[in-house]
Amino acid sequence: MSLLFALTIACYIASSLGYQGYILFQKRPIYRVANILLWLGFLCHTVVMGMQYIKTGHVPVQNLHETLSTFGWAVVGVFLVLQLKYHLMVLGALVAPLATLCVIIASMLPGPPVEMAPVFRGLWLTLHVGTLIVGNAAFAIACFAGILYLIQERAIKDKRRGFFFRRLPSLKLLDSMGYASLVVGFPMLTFGVITGVIYAQMIRPGQFWAWNPKEILGGITWLVYAVLLHERLAVGWQGRRAAIMTIVGFVILLLTFFLFFQG
Amino acid sequence: MEAIERRNMIAKRYIVAIGLNHKTAPVEVRERLAFSGEDTPKVLKAMCRDACVDEIALFSTCNRVEFLLATRDASKAVEAVKDFMAEFKSTPRQTFEQALYVYHGDEAVRHIFRVAASLDSMVVGEPQILGQIKDSYLQACDYQTCGVVLNRLMHRSFSVAKRVRTETGIGDHAVSISYAAVELGRKIFGELEGKAVLLLGAGEMAELAVEHLANNRAQPIFVANRTFERGLELAEKFRGTAIRFDEVREYLKRVDIVISSTGAPKYVLVRDDFKGLMRARKNRPLFFIDIAVPRDIDPEINRIDNVYVYDIDDLKSAIQENIDERQHEALRGERLVDAAVIQFRRWFQGLDVVPTIVGLRDKMEEIRKKELKKTFGSLSSVSEEDRAAIDRLTASLVNKILHHPTVFLKNSGYKDEKSLYIDLTRRLFNLDESDEHEPEPKG
Repeated sequence: MSLLFALTIACYIASSLGYQGYILFQKRPIYRVANILLWLGFLCHTVVMGMQYIKTGHVPVQNLHETLSTFGWAVVGVFLVLQLKYHLMVLGALVAPLATLCVIIASMLPGPPVEMAPVFRGLWLTLHVGTLIVGNAAFAIACFAGILYLIQERAIKDKRRGFFFRRLPSLKLLDSMGYASLVVGFPMLTFGVITGVIYAQMIRPGQFWAWNPKEILGGITWLVYAVLLHERLAVGWQGRRAAIMTIVGFVILLLTFFLFFQG
Repeated sequence: MEAIERRNMIAKRYIVAIGLNHKTAPVEVRERLAFSGEDTPKVLKAMCRDACVDEIALFSTCNRVEFLLATRDASKAVEAVKDFMAEFKSTPRQTFEQALYVYHGDEAVRHIFRVAASLDSMVVGEPQILGQIKDSYLQACDYQTCGVVLNRLMHRSFSVAKRVRTETGIGDHAVSISYAAVELGRKIFGELEGKAVLLLGAGEMAELAVEHLANNRAQPIFVANRTFERGLELAEKFRGTAIRFDEVREYLKRVDIVISSTGAPKYVLVRDDFKGLMRARKNRPLFFIDIAVPRDIDPEINRIDNVYVYDIDDLKSAIQENIDERQHEALRGERLVDAAVIQFRRWFQGLDVVPTIVGLRDKMEEIRKKELKKTFGSLSSVSEEDRAAIDRLTASLVNKILHHPTVFLKNSGYKDEKSLYIDLTRRLFNLDESDEHEPEPKG
């Protein structure tokens, strides 16, 4: 494990603690420090990935180690970008630990494996996995926003004005953040599926869709998000149902994700 | 210390606070003794004529009447105030004497700090009191009844109040129904700007809530009343639109916040009224604030997605939690007040003549010693005798320079003048170096 990667992990851990501290103590300076640390970790992480790319010549998404690390990077990246617009400070308390978990697990998994068959290095594969990872990251954030929404909605409905009521932002903001993440994630997912189909066709000529469990699950994931987005746009679905759907979608997504690396 | 105090008995100033508030006096007594804005100048002028009253300020709100005095004879001044109140309000003394509290010295300072910081208010942390005190103080300034002591005391109390407000959460949480409604609205909608409000019925509390929402830029505002004329009246008040009561269901598709306060014996809206409504609203959230007793809005409606119903008890319990929270924060406020009282005492004690003269001499002596040391350090050829001569020269210079100021301070006029000169001296020679810049203990 390189020093820079260790630094990345350290920044993420510190930032996670900072965000938790912000939720607990509600002091803005803590949030600022946590945010800076997350940016710092993200920069280190970006450099690490860049170096990996130069060394191996492929986008680091070839095995679980690389993919988890890239996923963590993408989650932080998407979060930081969305944060510029939405200022949803408490969300960092979920995003930063997720990224931390990803990089820590990645650091424990075996590093880059031996040479791969040239077929795995293609442009399509890189595009396929790369976009899917960014999409997944966006969906992870949508899922977190959904979880926070459900907590806050419960607090308001049950008229319990405890710990979370004070600390969580308005329902409107949580809902918008979920929606924005969805809007970012869905085109990525769609593009990822399309490139995946093209790639599949390249390694097993003539067959776009094989109906194996992975592909079926992948298709279901896409459908769930497609329906959710459609309902939001056409019927104006928002609030609790949309939040639940976002969470369900992400659970299926996670299943698909790990299934792909199983086989 | 005792000796010094005795010697300066004539000049020594005492701070006294006399008053009554919502805790000590029932409303019948308070309303009888309250001084209106027009009364205040008369009171100030009349009281100022009293020989033992050097400085005076008067604060009168619906919850309290407070006299704040700087006097040379505390007990006489207290009697004078009581007599004056009885006479001015033509009320026998015994009707209110029980309710009066009298604070001296540090306690009086602490009291006024606590009042200004809203730690002594009926609703702890309510922000109006500071403004009211500032206004009263300005009035006292207009009539020049405040001098060095009260001016300083009042300015300190303003800054203490500000610190308490910014450094503790004393004003953070809503403690009135309409504030609670706005706070909840914010948790649901984020921004209230542009959120349409519908008022069902009428009533003081409901109207206050609408007003508060409107102040937070919620608009447009619709008013539905059983009697359309009354509705028109209210609509005009809020610059809104009056609608007929049977149009309400139609308008539920448009509005975001409904404040209900009708005298209806049964629910005005039940769950069945919402069939298809949320779809027509594209699921935009709808927030009901039901202030009516008996209730207007069926609580079942709260179970519909994106609809939130709060009745009067829900709002009250929300407020109670916030009141508890404020009490907790108030403890931190008390600590800030304690620190400020000590600081003020230091300044106030410094207003005595003797410590000032001693301080002045010490300061001069210190400068003299320091400069001598510096000079002797660079003059190696000077003999012991010459050194003694230079030393005597500088000592007599200091004595000569300080002679007149000392005499002046000891003999200068009485009443306010003395404190003024002492304060001026202390500032001119920077005798209270630590006073303003000393970091206060963090709470």
